[in-house]
Amino acid sequence: MKSVDSSVAIALTCYHCGQPCTEGSFEWDEKKFCCYGCKTVYEILSENNLCEYYSFDKNPGVQLKHVNEEAYTYLDEPAIRKKLLTFDSASYSTVQFSIPNIHCISCIWLLENLQRLNRGIVKSEVNFGRKWISLSFNPKEILLSEVAKLIASLGYPPQIRLEGEKPQQNLTTKKLITRLAVAGFAFGNVMLLSFPEYLGLDRSDTQLQFVFSYLNIILALPVIFYSSQEYFVAAGKSFRQKQINIDVPIAAGLAALFLRSVYDIVTHTGPGYLDSLTGLVFFLLIGRWFQSKTYESLAFDRDYKSYFPLAVNKLTDKEWQPVVVYELRRGDVIRVRNMEIVPADCILLDHEAYIDYSFVTGESKPVHGKSGDLIYAGGRLLGQPATLTVEKITTQSQLTSLWNSDAFRKQGESKYKKIIDEAARKFTWAVMAIALITGCYWYFVEPTQLWLVITSVLMVACPCALALAAPFTYGSMLRAFGNNGLYLKNADVIERLATIDAVVFDKTGTVTYGAADVKFIGDLDDQELGWVKLLTSSSTHALSVLIAKSISIIPQAPVESFKEKPGRGIEGIVSGNSVLIGSASFVGFHGQLEDISTKVFVSINGQIRGYFQILTSIRPAISNLIKQLEGKTVALLSGDNEADRERMSSLFPADATMLFNQTPHDKLEFISSLQKKGMNVMMIGDGLNDSGALQQSDVGIAITDDTGVFTPACDGILKGDRISSLYQFLKLSKSAALILKIGFGISFFYNFIALSFAVTGHLTPLTAAVLMPISSSSVVGFSTLAVYLVARSLHPEQIKS
Amino acid sequence: MTIIILLISISLTIALLFLGAFLWSLRSGQYDDTYGPSVRMLFEDKSSKESPKGKVGK
Repeated sequence: MKSVDSSVAIALTCYHCGQPCTEGSFEWDEKKFCCYGCKTVYEILSENNLCEYYSFDKNPGVQLKHVNEEAYTYLDEPAIRKKLLTFDSASYSTVQFSIPNIHCISCIWLLENLQRLNRGIVKSEVNFGRKWISLSFNPKEILLSEVAKLIASLGYPPQIRLEGEKPQQNLTTKKLITRLAVAGFAFGNVMLLSFPEYLGLDRSDTQLQFVFSYLNIILALPVIFYSSQEYFVAAGKSFRQKQINIDVPIAAGLAALFLRSVYDIVTHTGPGYLDSLTGLVFFLLIGRWFQSKTYESLAFDRDYKSYFPLAVNKLTDKEWQPVVVYELRRGDVIRVRNMEIVPADCILLDHEAYIDYSFVTGESKPVHGKSGDLIYAGGRLLGQPATLTVEKITTQSQLTSLWNSDAFRKQGESKYKKIIDEAARKFTWAVMAIALITGCYWYFVEPTQLWLVITSVLMVACPCALALAAPFTYGSMLRAFGNNGLYLKNADVIERLATIDAVVFDKTGTVTYGAADVKFIGDLDDQELGWVKLLTSSSTHALSVLIAKSISIIPQAPVESFKEKPGRGIEGIVSGNSVLIGSASFVGFHGQLEDISTKVFVSINGQIRGYFQILTSIRPAISNLIKQLEGKTVALLSGDNEADRERMSSLFPADATMLFNQTPHDKLEFISSLQKKGMNVMMIGDGLNDSGALQQSDVGIAITDDTGVFTPACDGILKGDRISSLYQFLKLSKSAALILKIGFGISFFYNFIALSFAVTGHLTPLTAAVLMPISSSSVVGFSTLAVYLVARSLHPEQIKS
Repeated sequence: MTIIILLISISLTIALLFLGAFLWSLRSGQYDDTYGPSVRMLFEDKSSKESPKGKVGK
């Protein structure tokens, strides 16, 4: 019985990538594949005895979208080669590629066995953590472009960037760990050497006491001068900017601890507080390390340039040659192929071309360009290759200027009074006041004790626990969000999320999404539907793909004289029947239809049989989400026409603003008009066309159904299927702010106890050494646990939806 | 008494050696990829036994 069950399961999912075979399946070697790409990869692997690939992980493959055979030819241009290669000689070169698709053991295995696929490759090594591959190859046997093509053909297209971003070691993290290690080493040893003191040494052991104390000073030196260096630098900076932040009291406390200890030891008045000092630095650095660890996994520096082609084919002396995009000049004649992005504003030379501007305008239907039309940069060419003359070079183009506009730089970042900074400011003033008052008191009562008491106050006031509360609360929250499909840029975003009172949605891709609802209106039997599927699956047009996807019949019939007429339709003869699929004029339909949704007509043997109505479907979770957002201002912006107004009005409350035909600039203006009314706006959108609005908003969240695809610079990325939890995320960010405040409360409580010792002049080194770690660990423990408990509320929602 | 001072200096020297060893391992990149090597050792090296066949290999 079991074997039957498993065979059913195998029949449904692709052997290579594990995705369900929704569009019929391809068979090879008694295995099913969801698409031609997956099958091809399997063929390559089985031919080369690399099927072990499938034994490490179940369905390890990555669905291959499309590999453009010539997409990598430009890599062989000397200028580009030079920039990419880390070492180059006649017979040995090394290169590093970033491959976002690396995700499992099988990936590592396959990519490290590339030399079995091509003898030109000498060695390849994968860095799993950073998703890089380091390749050494023999340029005499294999060209750089062929290396890239080889990897891409296996489903691991390398991401190539010329500017900066050379895969290099993360030096700052390494430095931080070094500082942490030094502090930890000193902390342990100073504690050990301080212990006898606490247990009580005899008067006769003064020699030993002397040795221990001076050893402690030596051990504390690298801690104060190396490990805690950054706190002093930051404190100095904040003094110069006349802004007090948390680093100021920390630096003051550390300095007071060190100087007082040295004074005590040299004058033989006490053992000093060096164990507290080293422990403090150690804990503080652990907090920093935790913070950097949280951010490390989120790489947010992707920008629109990584989606621009690096090189295009330029006509030089009647020959097409790849040139780097930056070298294009006005008047150059270039050729752009199917699915490539137009790199500069150009004038079309060919008779006609189809451009998909969804990146720029949000309009999902391709635009028909005629000879002499201006084609804007950022458009994606569909169908036949087009020849263009460059009008405006990339750096000046509309798209780049949109991106370079000042609105895109978040000046807002500094306007947020961070909770932590505000707390630190109050705290610092309070500490100064207490130090001053106790100073005055002791000055009149016992002037000899004055400096000892003041340093004690500064020492215990050092807000170690306070400094730890924020990274641990927000760090744990970022992780909890990440586990649930929301990846935020940094902790500040959580603070801003908590204040949101207006939510603006983009329509295409956010409220609606790619998986379209395709309905056939008319009369076709199963066999005829099969013919339609046959024809549409041969075409790469977006609408054909949607229609082919919607038909589940897998027909077996020969197609003859297949023709694709760009912008009009497709035709072919299936089993002797002439089938036409396309626009109304293409099939000869002259009737009137009321609504303006996209339609594709079908005619068989000259008879019009009906049409496919294509509607982008609304995300199921949206209506519930909008209900939950009651009380906040909700708005909808769309770059598309008003065709969807009715559907949208049923979703949104009556008072919600709904604007259609919005250019990227309009969207940006709308957000800033809300902000002028004093609202904190969250924008949820996708695509480059929203990037202005995403940047202008207080929190810009990009929605994506496939984390590998284009995401503009934003504050966070939300997985499409988790949009249902958006309200929970907003609520949780508020809880995070509360947890942080309670954490501050705990740390103030300990500071208060310690201060009461300090102002009365009773702070012994032992009290300090006990209080310091207890306060730090209780704050860390509290915030981590509290975040864990509140974040659990995210999971039941997942089961419901 | 001198024996304690001797012992402590020995223990500190050893601790310093370990610190140095850690810093060296950090700098030489041993912590750059903590996942890869753990699975890499499980891969069997078959390339020596079977020569690759097919169109691209030899």
